[in-house]
Amino acid sequence: MKFSENWLREWVNPSVDSATLADQLTFLGLEVDEVLPAHPGFSNVVVARIDKIRPHPDAKKLRICEVDCGMSDLVQVVCGAPNARLGLITALAQVGGVLPNGMKIKAAKLRGEDSSGMLCSAAELGLSESNDGIMELPDNAPIGEPLSGFLELNDNVIDIELTPDRGDCLSIRGIARDVCAKNDVSMLLHEITNVPSQHEQLWPVRVEPSSSCVRYCGRVVQNVDVSQASPVWMTERLRRAGVRSINPAVDVTNYVMLELGQPMHAFDLDKLQGPIQVRLAGEGESLELLDGRTVKLSGDTTVIADDSGAIGIAGIMGGNSTAVDENTTNILFEAALFLPEKTIGKPRQYGCHTESSHRFERGVDPKLQKEAMEYATGLLMNIAGGEPGPVSDWQDSTNLPLGESVRLRRSRLKRIIGVEPDAKNVEQILKRLGIGIERHGDDWQVKPPSYRYDLRIEEDFIEEVARVNGFDALPRTSPVHRPVFQDVKETFVPPLAIKQQLQHRGYQEVVTYSFVDADQQNTLRPDLAALPLANPISNDLAVMRTTLLGGLLDTQRRNQSRQVTSLRIFEMGLRFLQASDSVTDTIMDADFHDDLQIGHGLIQQSMLAGLAVGQDKPEGWSAKTREVDFFDMKADLVALLSHASGSNISFGASALDTLHPGQRASVLANGKPVGYIGRLNPGLLKAVDLNEAPIVFEIALKALQAAKLPAASELSKFPQVRRDLALQVDSQIAWADIAACIHDVAGPMVQSVTPFDVYAGDKVADGKKSVAISLILQDFSRTLEDQEVEAEVARVLEALTTSLGAELRA
Amino acid sequence: MALDLEQLLDDAKNMIADAASPDALEATRVELLGKKGKLTDALKAIGQLPKEEKPAAGQAVNKIKVQVQELLEQRKLILEQHALAEKLAADALDVSLPGRTGFSGGLHPVTLTIERICALFGSLGFTTVHGPEIEDDHHNFEALNIPAHHPARAMHDTFYFDATRLLRTHTSSVQIRHMTANKPPLRILAPGRVYRCDSDQTHSPMFHQVEGLLVDKDVGLTDLMGHLEGFLLRFFDQDDCEIRFRPSYFPFTEPSAEVDIRINKGPWLEVLGSGVVHPAVFRSVGIDNEEFTGYAFGLGVERLAMLRYGVKDLRLFFENDMRFLAQFH
Repeated sequence: MKFSENWLREWVNPSVDSATLADQLTFLGLEVDEVLPAHPGFSNVVVARIDKIRPHPDAKKLRICEVDCGMSDLVQVVCGAPNARLGLITALAQVGGVLPNGMKIKAAKLRGEDSSGMLCSAAELGLSESNDGIMELPDNAPIGEPLSGFLELNDNVIDIELTPDRGDCLSIRGIARDVCAKNDVSMLLHEITNVPSQHEQLWPVRVEPSSSCVRYCGRVVQNVDVSQASPVWMTERLRRAGVRSINPAVDVTNYVMLELGQPMHAFDLDKLQGPIQVRLAGEGESLELLDGRTVKLSGDTTVIADDSGAIGIAGIMGGNSTAVDENTTNILFEAALFLPEKTIGKPRQYGCHTESSHRFERGVDPKLQKEAMEYATGLLMNIAGGEPGPVSDWQDSTNLPLGESVRLRRSRLKRIIGVEPDAKNVEQILKRLGIGIERHGDDWQVKPPSYRYDLRIEEDFIEEVARVNGFDALPRTSPVHRPVFQDVKETFVPPLAIKQQLQHRGYQEVVTYSFVDADQQNTLRPDLAALPLANPISNDLAVMRTTLLGGLLDTQRRNQSRQVTSLRIFEMGLRFLQASDSVTDTIMDADFHDDLQIGHGLIQQSMLAGLAVGQDKPEGWSAKTREVDFFDMKADLVALLSHASGSNISFGASALDTLHPGQRASVLANGKPVGYIGRLNPGLLKAVDLNEAPIVFEIALKALQAAKLPAASELSKFPQVRRDLALQVDSQIAWADIAACIHDVAGPMVQSVTPFDVYAGDKVADGKKSVAISLILQDFSRTLEDQEVEAEVARVLEALTTSLGAELRA
Repeated sequence: MALDLEQLLDDAKNMIADAASPDALEATRVELLGKKGKLTDALKAIGQLPKEEKPAAGQAVNKIKVQVQELLEQRKLILEQHALAEKLAADALDVSLPGRTGFSGGLHPVTLTIERICALFGSLGFTTVHGPEIEDDHHNFEALNIPAHHPARAMHDTFYFDATRLLRTHTSSVQIRHMTANKPPLRILAPGRVYRCDSDQTHSPMFHQVEGLLVDKDVGLTDLMGHLEGFLLRFFDQDDCEIRFRPSYFPFTEPSAEVDIRINKGPWLEVLGSGVVHPAVFRSVGIDNEEFTGYAFGLGVERLAMLRYGVKDLRLFFENDMRFLAQFH
């Protein structure tokens, strides 16, 4: 809310400067966004009167004015404004003056006529947005005096950002209450007197109980002259609050709203057809709003209606059909109370967030309506005359939103704030805020004032005490702590350890969005139906990811476009599966789902994914680089999996079409799939807008977190023996087949089996490859005899020959 | 005879000094001390001498032999040192060349910041817990005292899936899950991703928060202020760092406070929201308001990271430009 500092000081004027006042507001919880001068920044502009006016001999639209600006001689100014007329009191920018847009006023000749200054419109002076002729100042404006003095521009506009609980501070009076409490001063007297009725006309009002309305005050004012201009002091205060002046009837309702907090409405009485009816809209009923839009209403919307149908959305915006216009002479003022719970959400629904709806959504004082009506009537009569009738005041007194009194315990105050309260201080603050307070021994009975919707429970009142005293006045303490041991599981690998291991292997962690492009998602995992957002921010962030690959591929694209060609990246985060898909997703086993379930047929699984592309190492002087390949990344993944010693990890065949059919593998934990590794299927490159197929992996995080407790075994004191076998096998035979065959047949003396050379080419037959294997043999109880070793190796060779058709190479 | 020996010693000195390599030195040794060596010859020659001259001559020859042996040893050491020096010279490297290395990896600044926050609160006994990112209305709003149509919902531009499921707008939902499943006293941190339907230079539709919650017998506003001020001073670790608390409003805390920080007399910046746990929240998770009180806070991770590391644009955190991320290695 924006407001004039001088206006506030008319209600409460503590002896503190503007900066201190702004700080006070901020530390009361009414956060000041900015304090700007009310002066728009012009100079040498004075009040002047047009004493002579004649047409310009050479220009139809221009006239030559001679104006009195308090000097001995009249000043000649050429002016093009249509409202320039004899006797008009207006604003003259004198030669040497500057306008807010930076324009410097110089003596000039306009089509041959001298012009020593410029008669200004409010827009040219930065005082209004609409540009309709030069300013029209009232008769009491002092000729020759600086305009800024007359308009009291020595003022600040304070802009505060209010939290939604403080609807009571959406008015000058509301803010003044907090300032009074802060400075422990009384509010300055503002007597709002009842305006006696001058006739008996009452407009009938019928309120349906199902509507949002619990109080409705109406008043007819006859014979109003809305052609009168609202006084400058009023339009200036409205301007500083960011409200445009329209006509006296509308200006008065806005002024009362800003000062007291009661939104009001003025109907053109002569356009009303029959009684005012406050009721729920018919489903689909239409209404043309003041802003010219026609909306279809929903059946839970409270409207103001007459016999013609809806003429306004209650508390939000009036309709066009009954609006006050330049021909209006009789007015019906409305000051009503619409309940927040029935108003909230409606402005958004109809796309019309107004000053009025903003207040009704947050809660308007239920005791304010009649007072506001009297105030508005008096203001209107001063500007536009008119004869008021009696005030009609309907209220549903049982449903007025008034808070109950509650017990405020001294002990609770101490506990919630942390320091012993001073009873006198507590009472003084609460009283200044208008809270009813009665002492009961150590405690108090407190009752919220009608305008404070936010004071309902004991803690609310406790906050008031802390808030007005200022949080910064409180000591800083630390609560008593009785610590208990936390579990430190050796068999659980924390996520950070996994991230750090990848970091040390040269991978950069990235963080990408959890929502992705639906098409890309479908390209990468067409087998999984990604959960769509109902209100995505854009098409490329529309569905929840079912794989972390998309973000990594996007990162590759973005970096390669910036000439970063070699990348090793990883991300850890959730993917989101619909329960129906998780059954069919054979890539990740259900055993490794997280416990982050919220039901609703959804699985949120922590994943780790990596990507490598480009060179295998940074270019350097010592060794040649080559393209990173499957086995580079497999080494990284195996290093990670060494943590997962609690599960039996293996690699198996993969059928995931996202990956290159000849360079892909499934990662199995205890025989169940938990992830995959491979080259991105080059067939997808175009769809994902990349030139180079990276090596990727993705694995359920949980599969990496189950470690085994180390169990130390005895070390052999006897020497180990190494035997090498050079085999020739069909090129179809995988290393895994050879390893499994050896594993099946070898006795306990075979400690390890390692392939140390794999070759296919000129020196072996077509369709064959050569595999060189080393066997390490050792016994724990004795030195192995040569014959035993040879016999064991022969057995292994025999099995390889029989099962896999392996031949020993010469 | 005496003259011969002196000559012999002089010759030996010259021969040893001339030996330029270990091999040459060995040849010299043989020439002098070997079976047919000059000194050996001299010793043999003693046998020819008259008996009374033998002892003196023997002593003289032996004295020279010892001297020659010492000279040989010394020369050997020198030659070894030379050889080593030559080898070292030959092995010299241009040590200014870069080391042989792989790619340099790193953690994302969001991770670094979360870890730092967790370490600081961890020292006060806070443990880290996690919750789902797709949440339901109950945990994200209702249980936090934000009923349907509450104006505070307008402060959360929420991503929805349907009437019940949404993307969590804050990690406060995790405190509801934790308090439902665990009994006080509680000291937890809940870091993670949160989502708001808002995107511009200062807003990202996804960002990170760390929620903190402390529930115990007797916890109040001054404890909250003590802990948060202590945390921020240590997190920023700057000489000129000021912290201020402002009253604010969150439906799930009462009283509520915003915390601002100012470093080196720069502008005040809002870094977190906090407050004493609202009784309605305790009611919704079955904790007795009279027995326990607590405080909660929500830290914006990117906000803290930007202030700590001087990052000017929020979007950098999610563009994953390696040139940016490498600055955190």
